[in-house]
Amino acid sequence: METLRVVCYLNQFFGQLGGEDKAGIGPQVFVGAVGAARAVQQVLGTDGTVVATVVCGDNYVAEHADTAVAELLNHIAAQQPALVIAGPAFLAGRYGVACGAICAAVQEKLGVPAITGMHAENPGVELYRRQVYIVQTDAEASHMLEEVRRLVALALKLARQETLDSPAVEGYFPRGLTHNTVADRNAAQRATAMLLDKLAGRTFASEVPLPQFSQVPPPPPVREVQRATVALVTDGGLVPHGNPDGIEALAATRYGAYSIHGRQCLDPVQYDNVHRGYDTTYVKQDPHRLVPVDVVRELEKEGAIGKLHETIYSTTGVATTLANSQRMGREIAAQLRAAGVEGVILTST
Amino acid sequence: MTPVAVMVGANRIVPAAGIIHPLGNAELSPEEEKALRRRIVEKALQALQTEVTQPTVFGADEPTPPHRAE
Repeated sequence: METLRVVCYLNQFFGQLGGEDKAGIGPQVFVGAVGAARAVQQVLGTDGTVVATVVCGDNYVAEHADTAVAELLNHIAAQQPALVIAGPAFLAGRYGVACGAICAAVQEKLGVPAITGMHAENPGVELYRRQVYIVQTDAEASHMLEEVRRLVALALKLARQETLDSPAVEGYFPRGLTHNTVADRNAAQRATAMLLDKLAGRTFASEVPLPQFSQVPPPPPVREVQRATVALVTDGGLVPHGNPDGIEALAATRYGAYSIHGRQCLDPVQYDNVHRGYDTTYVKQDPHRLVPVDVVRELEKEGAIGKLHETIYSTTGVATTLANSQRMGREIAAQLRAAGVEGVILTST
Repeated sequence: MTPVAVMVGANRIVPAAGIIHPLGNAELSPEEEKALRRRIVEKALQALQTEVTQPTVFGADEPTPPHRAE
């Protein structure tokens, strides 16, 4: 088997340039394996050669974001790798995010397999696990060699385009991909067996992981509501007549942003409702039963709030996946924040 | 639906007047409906100004309309 050309990416600490004092350092390229990349070379053995180690300060990447990733991508591309291994980043947040971003860029822009590793709570996991194979590691580098073994084993499979086993077996974070397989027993048999295990107090594993809802720390209260801009958002399916943005009736992936600039109320003739999860007769008759523009305008005039934000946001909240809900929520929040909105009233059906 | 809101982690939750008309009630006159809407919105504004540490339901004092047969 041909020896693979591998490029490793490390931060300033694992690249042995320094600690936080060197976190602002820009991209450095070293011939061969330096710092923690030596562990990668050791494990690779004759299967691959680390032709270069690219090192960069965590703050440099965090502060320059896209331009830093582009610079690093150029350095990596110049080495013509067949495989890129970033990190592992353990629990170092800036490092983990940088590793994720670089792997994603290498895959997308260079078409080269890339892989990294980090601890489950590293912010890089949630941001990149769907795009990038991320091997699970400890919080600290105490078992680094063993983790690098797992990382390299998976990396070689990727580079050789071999079929991967499930995340649990290979040790990477689930990417949200579904594969159909044929089970040895039918669902009724498996469900009964699981129930019997549960009743007998034996351990059992759910085939479908139950959703974990994250705790969102409550933002502090709006300080001076009489001066604040308040926005209205809904998941009740309000759309302008004709649903110009094609908001789906179920399992929405999109939301709409609709101007109410200069309007004192919502004219039922101009609006429609695509939600398929409840009887929309009443909110179609009077959209204010869902999005209270009339009342909030009055409160605005009376000075109870500073301003009603001129855009309302709407989607349909039925069979919407958690992932899409979170994404839409983040996107809407970013737009509201950029517009100086301080509080949101979200009507949910 | 407020238990769902608590479960998924919404922090400030104001019970509304029913799923099919959260901020209204077709059985009321237009003026009464608007007054109901205003009360709920005012409660929402109050909730926005209240410090919370976890999912909190800001008490229902609106009677929920009787369940309509589908």
